[in-house]
Amino acid sequence: MCVLVPAEVCSALHLMFKPHKLLLIFFPQDSNEEEMCAVEEEAGFCEIEGAADNATLVQSKHHEAHFYDFHIVYSSSFRVPVLYFRAYCSDGRPLLLNDIEKDLPACSSKVLLETKWSFITLEEHPFLNRPWYKLHPCGTSEWMKLLCLGDEVAAKNGLAIELYLVSWFSVVGQVVGLKTPLEMVKSQRN
Amino acid sequence: MMEAQKYVWEGAIPLQIHLHESEITSLPPPSPALILAPRIGYLPLLLPLIKPYFSSTLPPGQDTLWFDYKGLPLKWYIPTGVLFDLLCAEPERPWNLTVHFRGYPSNLLIPCEGEESVKWSFINSLKEADYIINGNCKNVMNMSQSDQVELWRSVMDGNLDKYIRSSSKLKLGTVTTAEADMVGQVKAGKIPVRLYVWSVNEDFEDMEDAPEVDNWDQISYINRPLEIHKEGKYFTLHDALKNLLPEFFAGKPLINDKPCIEESEDFQKVSSEDVGSSTGAEEGKEIFSQPMESCCNDAEIKLIRIQGIEPKLEIPFSWVVNQLKES
Repeated sequence: MCVLVPAEVCSALHLMFKPHKLLLIFFPQDSNEEEMCAVEEEAGFCEIEGAADNATLVQSKHHEAHFYDFHIVYSSSFRVPVLYFRAYCSDGRPLLLNDIEKDLPACSSKVLLETKWSFITLEEHPFLNRPWYKLHPCGTSEWMKLLCLGDEVAAKNGLAIELYLVSWFSVVGQVVGLKTPLEMVKSQRN
Repeated sequence: MMEAQKYVWEGAIPLQIHLHESEITSLPPPSPALILAPRIGYLPLLLPLIKPYFSSTLPPGQDTLWFDYKGLPLKWYIPTGVLFDLLCAEPERPWNLTVHFRGYPSNLLIPCEGEESVKWSFINSLKEADYIINGNCKNVMNMSQSDQVELWRSVMDGNLDKYIRSSSKLKLGTVTTAEADMVGQVKAGKIPVRLYVWSVNEDFEDMEDAPEVDNWDQISYINRPLEIHKEGKYFTLHDALKNLLPEFFAGKPLINDKPCIEESEDFQKVSSEDVGSSTGAEEGKEIFSQPMESCCNDAEIKLIRIQGIEPKLEIPFSWVVNQLKES
C-alpha cells in the first residue's frame, strides 16, 4: 500500500505500519471460492519517488487474479485523506468498473449503481498523471466526526494522526473489501 | 469592476484544428477547422462545431473525441484558456491542434463521455470550491436540477450575466461586512486556487525559445486553498504565489525586473466585499490563470498569466480575486 501524505503525517505512518509489504489479491467470487486478501504489510512511503508496489502472483489456476493498488492521498481542499485505487489483471490490463464492481462487497456495488458520478469515479491521480479510481471525500469529515463521537478522550483532546488514519481506514477499507485487523486499532490506542 | 470579468469571459482562442492523418480516409484531405473557442470553455464541447468538417472522411467506428498539441494529449477538463496559456509559452495564433475521433488513450486520459462528463467535472469543482469556502458542499448539493442545468448552460453559452444570476443562488460568497475595506482587502477566509506550474531546466531569453511541453509530468498541479488573514497590509499576488510555491521564493526579494510571470491558476474563488461592487452576492467561480514557467536552477519565475493577462506581482491579490473571480 502506498500512502502519500504531508510530511508531518509521515512519521506517524512509519509507526503505524510495520515494515512488510501489503498486497491485496482478489479472486473473483465463486460458489466455492472465498475472497482472499492481505499477504504482508509494507511501510508507508512519504515521497512519490519511493512508491513502488511489486505485485506477486500467488495463485492462478483457471481463475484470473485481479490486482489492486491502493494509494491514500491527502486532499488540501477537503482536508481529509482520500482513497485512490487502480485495478488490473495479471497481464497488466486495466479492469473496468464493471469488473471491479464484482469484486466489491455487495453494499458497495449497490451504492455505486445509484450514484454513478459521485461515489467512485475515475479521476486523475494528483501526482501520477494517470487515471485512477477515487472514493469521493465529500462526506468524510462528517462521518469521521460521528465515528469519534463516542470517544470522550478524542472529543476532548482531538485524535492522534495514527488513530485517525486507522479509524478512517477501518471505514473506507470496508467499501473496497479491506478489513482492518483489530490489533492495528488496539496498538494505536496504547 | 466587472471589466476584467467580462474581458475574460469574452476572451476566445482561435483554433486551427487538424484531423489526425490516421483518420483521413479520403482524398483530398479535409481542410482544418477554424474555430473560435471560448477561454472559459472546454474542448470536448466544441464537438458539434468540429464534427461537420470531418464527418465525411472518418473511418467507420464510434467517436471518442480527444485532442493533442504537438503530440501531447490534452486534458479535457482543463479550460481551453488555461491549456493555451500553459502550453504556448509564446502565444500561437491560431493555435494548431490535432483532433482525434478514434483511439482514445485511456491509459493516459480519464474518459470523456461528451458534455455529461464535462458538466460533472465542473460541478465537482464547484463542490470543492464550496467546501473550501464554506466547510461543506451543501450549497451545491442542494441546488435544484433546473438551477444546475441553468448554471451549466450559462457556462456552455459563455453568458456571464446569466452565470452571475444562476450562481447567485449558490451563495458561494463570503459574508460581506459593514466596513468598507480598501480596494485591496478581502475578507479573511479561504480562496480555492489551482495552479499549474511548468518547470523547465534550461534558461531562455524569450518565450519563443522556450522548450515545448513533452508530457504532463513536466507540469505540476497545485490544488490548494489559500488562506487569507485579515492583516494591515495588502496581500498581493506575490504573497499568494509565495504561499503556494515557497520553494521559488526562498530568500528572494520581489522580482521586479522580469516583465511578467507565467503561472496558470485556475481560481475558484469567492471574494467578499468589494468597494465598487454593488451586489452583495459574490459567487465562487473558477478562475483560470496561466501556467507558470520557472527555471529550476535559479527558481526564477518567468511568467505568470491569468487567462491571458500577465499581472504584475505587486498588485493586491484580492484585487486579482475580485477582478477575475468570475473567470
